Amino acid sequence: MRKSDRLRRTVAAVALAAVLGFAALALAACGSDEGSSNSGVPGSGTSDTIVGAGASFPYPLYSKWGSEYANLNDVKLNYQSIGSGGGISAIQAKTVDFGASDAPMEPSELEAAGLVQWPQCVGGVVLVVNLEGVEANRLKLTADLVAKIYNGDIKDWSDPAIADVNTGVSIPAGKINVVHRSDSSGTTWIFTNYLAAAASDVWTLGGDKEIPWPTGVGGKGNEGVAASVQQLKGSIGYVEYAYAKETGLVTTQLQNADGKWVEPSLETFSEAAAQADWAGAEGFYLVLVNQPGAKTWPITGASFILVQKEQEDAKRAQTMLQFFDWAFTDGGATAQGLDYVPIPEKVYQLVESKWQTITAAGAPVWPQ
Amino acid sequence: MSTLAPPSGDSVRTGADGPVPPALAALRPRSHARRKTVDALIKTSAWIAATFGIAVMLLIVWEVVRRGIGAIDLAFFTELPPVVGEDGGGLGNAILGTFVITFVAALIALPVGFLGGIWLAEFGRNGRVATGVRMVANVNMGIPSIVVGVFVFAALVKPLQHYSGFAGSIALAFIMLPVMARTTEDILNLVPNELRESGLAMGVPRWRVTLGVVIRAARSGLITGAVLATVRVAGETAPLLLTALSSPYWLDGLFGPEGFFGGPTANLTKTVYDFSGMPYERMQELAWGGALLIIVAVLGLNVLMRLIFQRGKEW
Amino acid sequence: MSTLEIDAQTQTGPPRGAAQAAPRVHHRFGDPAFRVVTLVSGLTVAIAMFTLAGVLIYNSWTAISELGLSFLTTVAWSPSSGSYGALAALAGTALTTLVAMVIAVPLALVIALLLTELVPPGMARVLGTAVEMLAAIPSIIFGMWGLFVLVPFMQETVAPAVTESWLGQLPLLRPGETFQGGGFSILTAGLVLAVMILPFITAFSRDVLLMVPRVTKEAGYGMGSTTWEVLRKISLRYALSGVVGATFIGLGRALGETMAVAYLVGGDFLTVPKSLFDPGTTVASLIALQFNEATTKLDVSALIYMGLILFAVTMVFQVLAQIWLRRARRTTGGRA
Repeated sequence: MRKSDRLRRTVAAVALAAVLGFAALALAACGSDEGSSNSGVPGSGTSDTIVGAGASFPYPLYSKWGSEYANLNDVKLNYQSIGSGGGISAIQAKTVDFGASDAPMEPSELEAAGLVQWPQCVGGVVLVVNLEGVEANRLKLTADLVAKIYNGDIKDWSDPAIADVNTGVSIPAGKINVVHRSDSSGTTWIFTNYLAAAASDVWTLGGDKEIPWPTGVGGKGNEGVAASVQQLKGSIGYVEYAYAKETGLVTTQLQNADGKWVEPSLETFSEAAAQADWAGAEGFYLVLVNQPGAKTWPITGASFILVQKEQEDAKRAQTMLQFFDWAFTDGGATAQGLDYVPIPEKVYQLVESKWQTITAAGAPVWPQ
Repeated sequence: MSTLAPPSGDSVRTGADGPVPPALAALRPRSHARRKTVDALIKTSAWIAATFGIAVMLLIVWEVVRRGIGAIDLAFFTELPPVVGEDGGGLGNAILGTFVITFVAALIALPVGFLGGIWLAEFGRNGRVATGVRMVANVNMGIPSIVVGVFVFAALVKPLQHYSGFAGSIALAFIMLPVMARTTEDILNLVPNELRESGLAMGVPRWRVTLGVVIRAARSGLITGAVLATVRVAGETAPLLLTALSSPYWLDGLFGPEGFFGGPTANLTKTVYDFSGMPYERMQELAWGGALLIIVAVLGLNVLMRLIFQRGKEW
Repeated sequence: MSTLEIDAQTQTGPPRGAAQAAPRVHHRFGDPAFRVVTLVSGLTVAIAMFTLAGVLIYNSWTAISELGLSFLTTVAWSPSSGSYGALAALAGTALTTLVAMVIAVPLALVIALLLTELVPPGMARVLGTAVEMLAAIPSIIFGMWGLFVLVPFMQETVAPAVTESWLGQLPLLRPGETFQGGGFSILTAGLVLAVMILPFITAFSRDVLLMVPRVTKEAGYGMGSTTWEVLRKISLRYALSGVVGATFIGLGRALGETMAVAYLVGGDFLTVPKSLFDPGTTVASLIALQFNEATTKLDVSALIYMGLILFAVTMVFQVLAQIWLRRARRTTGGRA
């Protein structure tokens, strides 16, 4: 055959060999990672997976917990951060083992949906800004200011109302680029409940997972908001604290219900969490924003786990509850490392008693 | 170059022999200089446009290479993504997932498309049915891939109540099918009839002529078409958003929660999409690495196919 | 194409030569079986599309019966209150597509002109390949590039420059109520869309222009026409249907483009954008961004309803494109 033909054949053969070789390598690598867990039958093999979806608020924490837990047991956590709304619908549709939401369902809703919910951690929602020259926790904002910014009433950073509370801080003038959530979000729920509580005469849109925002661009998930604020100069957004901390975004001070200026930190979140009266909350439905106290962070909220009250597979349900049990008892340090407030022991006991109402085929799955 | 210089002056119309009749005068051409200017302007803008188009492409490729090359190492191909906020890790599961999903999609779509293309070229030809099928195939190729994703979600994911890599394959196969059919048809149409006639004249049955003679003659074009169709869907994101979703774990078995049929399957495009929107540096780095891999694979295979086979349909 | 169909079964006399080696038994069902198999495969393509349409209609029925046609004229998207409206997305789709077409069509035409008339064939192939490479780049890459490179550029350079100049007073350019700096905006998305559909319109236009008979063009040149005049008065007359068809193809792609737009358009699904610099949303990106969040049955159904609308619109343009392209082939004598 001609030289050009031979060349073609060689190149094609080499390319094919390379592709197949790589595929084989990849399969081998994945196979070695898995060990012998290719049984493919859920719950029966040496490795289980708990599937969850929902809020992006606790995603960094659950992700970390999942990886630590997997090192201790052969159980993996597959958590997709798709927003609280997505989490709620996923658990209702039973496409996941648990749903996660920052906006708790009301007791009547829980009843109707056949779900059980409990708080898994508490975290703070912070305002982040992208302003040249403004460093972390230098900028001060009142609830009124934030509400007006998100209303579109205050449009520019040079507005006197902002300057009034920020004497000595040089803020570059320019349009305020507002970033909010585009998806159905429990973080939004916490944030807007705060505005409704602390700036009730300015903020009239209420507290909900989705808001008909008068202004601003939408980011998907906490990640999206953080990424947008990173990209756009002069922007402001609200995110769960871990997202600000991990990415180095600049946070602001806020004025709490006592009128004191506070900075976001584990300490101020814990102060707010300590005020919570979980025992008195039916179905653990509790709004934690704007708590009294000199050192409380005003935008704090709990993140909830939702599961089906009637489970289909007892073993699977137990595996899942074991994970959460571990998270409650041993996951505190990890949580604090990411500046989430762990749920206190007393509340954990309340949660455990709630677990006893979860059944599979009539029999309770907890304690095993 | 076929631009011939126009004859000097407006000798044609102004009539060296006296006044021009009104009717002709109405056709008075614009001045020579003006026509030339307009022409030059258009030519310049053509060059600028072409340069712009190519420049943008080079710019994009350059940016992806620049930002993504740092992420590529062996671990990139063999490890799972790191936990958010941490370093290390790779996109191994996503790469494998895309491989498998695309492979299965090709397994489904290529043979069917190939056979369908044969029918269009050899049997249906200009008949009414063939014309109809051809039209539908062309329309099909224009359906946005997100709509295909919605379709597969409604048809497969919702009833079964879980996402799966297989659903992703179905979506990609749907997209590939008309492409493969039309590509096959076009390539087969290029094969001269003499080949068919000589085969048939020797008493060889039709199917044998088609498969043995015609296909063999068109082999390189068909391979190119198949590879390009596959590579094209490998870069799709939208249909996988609603079907395969994503997973932080390796593909594991068939029917389990990480199985190909049983649960969401990691894939490169969705993972790159997710990670690129995260504010974490390592995730963004991995996203660019993934983007680089995608571009290298897509463009690389395109160029490779062209080089090896010299012809072959584009898209 | 030859219609010689020698049926081996009607052959008279003993088979000769190669046919002697061919086993006879295949003739009985080999050919018919082959025809059937390939026919079924061919029909699968058609059936697939109708299945898609059917499934979409079936699954959007909940939304259609509850929201009806006013869905198309309402601005809303609030799953918690059950109110949905496609108008904001439709407006955004129309605007981004318009921007993309206004930029891409003239550019594509002149590039096609370049490829057919102004450069030698060798270079035309290289340039053509380069433009085709642009088409091969997946949309997610465009989206990422747009996010990290174009968005800051628009936000910090272009938008301020335009909005603060006299241009910023013009109707579509004057920033509206929802202006967010112009980084994430209709214009940014439209620009990237233009780059994405450019190679498609170019390729189709080039193919159509290549079909214009040489002789006619040469006649034009022979009379002293400039390149542009030959294009305008001769080539385009032949190729007009084809170019229109190419435009429709590009239009269809722009309408359905999801990923790049999702990154860049700003995700504001509650307003009809008043300015190119305002953020907005498109049907395709709305579906992509909202689908996994969908909480209720109506929510999912409304999104599928959107998918159905998108399908219908793109189908209309595709059909139109096919009609025009066939007309073009007929005019220039190519194969239909």
